Amino acid sequence: MQPSPVDIQHYLLLAALLFCIGVFGVLVRRNALVVFMSIELMLNAANLTFLAFARDRLDDAGHLAALFVIAVAAAEAAIGLAIIIAMFRNRGTVNMEDIRTMKY
Amino acid sequence: MSTSQLVFFGLAFATLFSAVLVIAARNPINSAMSLVATFLFLAAIYAQLLAHTIAVLQVLVYAGAIMVLFLFVIMLLSLTHLGDPTPPPALHQVVGGVAAVAVLAGLVVAIWRWHEMAPVGRAREGLLRFGTLEQVGGLLYTRWLLPFEAVSLLLLVAMVGAVVVAKPRI
Repeated sequence: MQPSPVDIQHYLLLAALLFCIGVFGVLVRRNALVVFMSIELMLNAANLTFLAFARDRLDDAGHLAALFVIAVAAAEAAIGLAIIIAMFRNRGTVNMEDIRTMKY
Repeated sequence: MSTSQLVFFGLAFATLFSAVLVIAARNPINSAMSLVATFLFLAAIYAQLLAHTIAVLQVLVYAGAIMVLFLFVIMLLSLTHLGDPTPPPALHQVVGGVAAVAVLAGLVVAIWRWHEMAPVGRAREGLLRFGTLEQVGGLLYTRWLLPFEAVSLLLLVAMVGAVVVAKPRI
């Protein structure tokens, strides 16, 4: 089997950029839903790294890791969105700046 | 530049563009739709990496199930108030943005040093079934059976937890 036609470090750089866009969204955005979507972006960047290394080494274990990441992301989305709904019901907002009861 | 390289750079540009739109859009619905586009472009990149099974799962689970959940919650909350037109960035937001750029710089340096070590991929012969559903499924039900069952338990706990958290009264 021939090596990948595109250098593996290009995939890694794409994953790094995607991850940092996610970090930027988590740290800068105020809307809890958008923060949540940024976390999904970061998880996908991790998946891309797993699959790039799996392709480089022709090892299927990376595919299994990506599969488990997708399953955990599904569980995390269900719980996180339930928390956002509960937060909206109690406080009437999804703005992260307004949720500061536990902060001080 | 070969065709697959052109395809990769086109897909990478589209992925990054839609990912930037996710965090730049003011309306959460626009963010969610950009995120669906990001997932679809990423699925194409996964297919280019011969991860056919994961590409299909990406479209089914991520772009399908998880994003429907997101859109459902956005519609449920019906967020009409989008905040001030241009809220001034707080100090912690500026620090956060700088930290994100610093993380990117660290990752690029790490990838660069990894590339200089130039590890050689193990080119095993006769692995034509790499990444197919047959191969991944076979591994999933033999070597990775215990993690697989643990994931089913995790999903059950998450399902019960979501109902308990979101319900106003039990």
